[in-house]
Amino acid sequence: MSELAKNSKKNLNKSVQSEITTLLIVAVAFVIVEIFKSVGLINSHVQGMLVPLCYYSIVAVSLNLVVGILGDLSLGHAGFMCVGAYASSIFSVVTKDAIPSTWLRFTLAIILGGIFAAIFGFLIGIPVLRLSGDYLAIVTLAFGEIIKNILGSIYVGYDSNGIHMSFESTSSLNLEEDGKLLINGPLGISGTPKNATFEVGVVLLLITLVVVLNFINSRGGRAVMSVRDNRIAAESVGINVTKYKLIAFTLSAFFAGIAGVLYSHNIAVLAASSKNFGYNMSILFLVFVVLGGIGNIRGSVIAAVVLTLLPELLRSMNDYRMLIYSIVLILMMIFTSSPKMIEYREKHGLHRKVKAGNKKNNVPKDAGGEENV
Amino acid sequence: MSDEVVLKAENLGVQFGGLKAVDNFNIEIKKGQLYGLIGPNGAGKTTIFNLLTGVYKPTEGYAELCGKKITGLSPVKVNKMGVARTFQNIRLFSQMSVLDNVKVGLHNRYKYGTFQGILRLPKYRKTEREMDAEAFRILKIFDLDQEASFMSSNLPYGKQRKLEIARALATEPKLLLLDEPAAGMNPNETAELMDTIKLVRDKFDMTILLIEHDMHLVSGICEQLTVLNFGQVLCQGDTKSVLTNPEVVKAYLGD
Repeated sequence: MSELAKNSKKNLNKSVQSEITTLLIVAVAFVIVEIFKSVGLINSHVQGMLVPLCYYSIVAVSLNLVVGILGDLSLGHAGFMCVGAYASSIFSVVTKDAIPSTWLRFTLAIILGGIFAAIFGFLIGIPVLRLSGDYLAIVTLAFGEIIKNILGSIYVGYDSNGIHMSFESTSSLNLEEDGKLLINGPLGISGTPKNATFEVGVVLLLITLVVVLNFINSRGGRAVMSVRDNRIAAESVGINVTKYKLIAFTLSAFFAGIAGVLYSHNIAVLAASSKNFGYNMSILFLVFVVLGGIGNIRGSVIAAVVLTLLPELLRSMNDYRMLIYSIVLILMMIFTSSPKMIEYREKHGLHRKVKAGNKKNNVPKDAGGEENV
Repeated sequence: MSDEVVLKAENLGVQFGGLKAVDNFNIEIKKGQLYGLIGPNGAGKTTIFNLLTGVYKPTEGYAELCGKKITGLSPVKVNKMGVARTFQNIRLFSQMSVLDNVKVGLHNRYKYGTFQGILRLPKYRKTEREMDAEAFRILKIFDLDQEASFMSSNLPYGKQRKLEIARALATEPKLLLLDEPAAGMNPNETAELMDTIKLVRDKFDMTILLIEHDMHLVSGICEQLTVLNFGQVLCQGDTKSVLTNPEVVKAYLGD
């Protein structure tokens, strides 16, 4: 019995160890950047990239929860980010005077943005998660576009008579004189306080990592992964497939929303255009996840950071910028996915055997309820 | 063996379009029995398993587990009532460790909330520790405890079969359905599997219904047999008399 207890303890410690390593990497990177900043080694270009690094990392981790852990392809994460950004921005603009404490207001905005995105994720998830594979990807892509297009064309204002909404123009809102315009159609929301700092971003990234990693290593996470690996077998041992799919999807949308909050509180004017919340963005997030290694949370953060910084760092060699960018993409792909490299990393303890391993079988696949049981 | 009836099917049948895949299927399995279901390819054996586990809904008749109806329920509910199964083509959680495979099987026996897991509350630690101990106990019975941290797809074929049985038993079923457990095994592995199945029956006091083509295994461990041909019961009874029945021989070997 004592041997069993030892085994069980070893098993618990292993997951905790890998988790702490990931958190330490982020923390060390943060400290290094802070030191560089105080010494003045970081130019303004890169300094402007620090908050984007955080929200791209957060959204990459959240998308990896769907793509790598749940095994479903979602191309709508820019949409969830958009919901989080708008919800929190409206909240911050409206309560700017009512809540004088920046900390309290921003904390509430973060929670609100996350919750709104989670609600959207939940509601969209109910019909959408019945699909799988390419079909799911297409439908989530469509929902992402719908969210972006609606928020990009709506006019909202409020006055003493209440809230006014229109899809036509500012004047058709018929606001009273004391009225205030909240969302100005394609021009979006202006006046969101710039509360997002690198420090807040890193804290949020750490929270995201802790929650996502803890979830993966818990009873719920195992259920989600069992659905990914074999839906029919999961049902046969009593796993409620719909429930765990929805939990993973909602949790993922929550963190995409939080990334959106960071985004909206880092820029002067928030507008939903295809440049910031379009499907190109969703695909970029997917690139982070795939290059970081599907199902590899730590890899997502690293890929997001490298691929966000790279175009900026290569700015000096203007002509060759995209050329080098693509070479780096290919090299990363080889590093994360080629069997030889995986073998090498396993040998040198850089790779968690159990969680990742053979990527070939790990790509989102059709659960196929109709195949021969 | 007691007289308590674990599984009872009455007039069970399913029709796909005009095809009667299974028709008028009756069975009664007592507690602790090792029951075999045999028949030529396409006879409807796996269809019966799918009817008993809720994958298909019967168009006729019903099945009861310890007096409670199980047909028409979802696979998840059927499992919660106490039916666990393995699959003809192995269905493990291939990207998860051997230990985690069994722990997924323990899912409904050891519970804590999703948020308790995320926040790592004491309940999480306590329950996880209990789950690990129980999973290792089950793995040890199947001699898989040394491979607990392996990815399940890296196990050799015979051990994958064993792991699938271990995972099914982790749900603490009253009835275990094994779908061609010896498929693709060499004689040595089959012999080992026979010991494993016997062990499961004795150690867990389990009632087992198994589909098998390997006559050596069937005659070696099954006490009762039902022979199925073209969706209908051809012959039913104790193993020896069934296997010598001329009709059964004819169904298998032709005229």
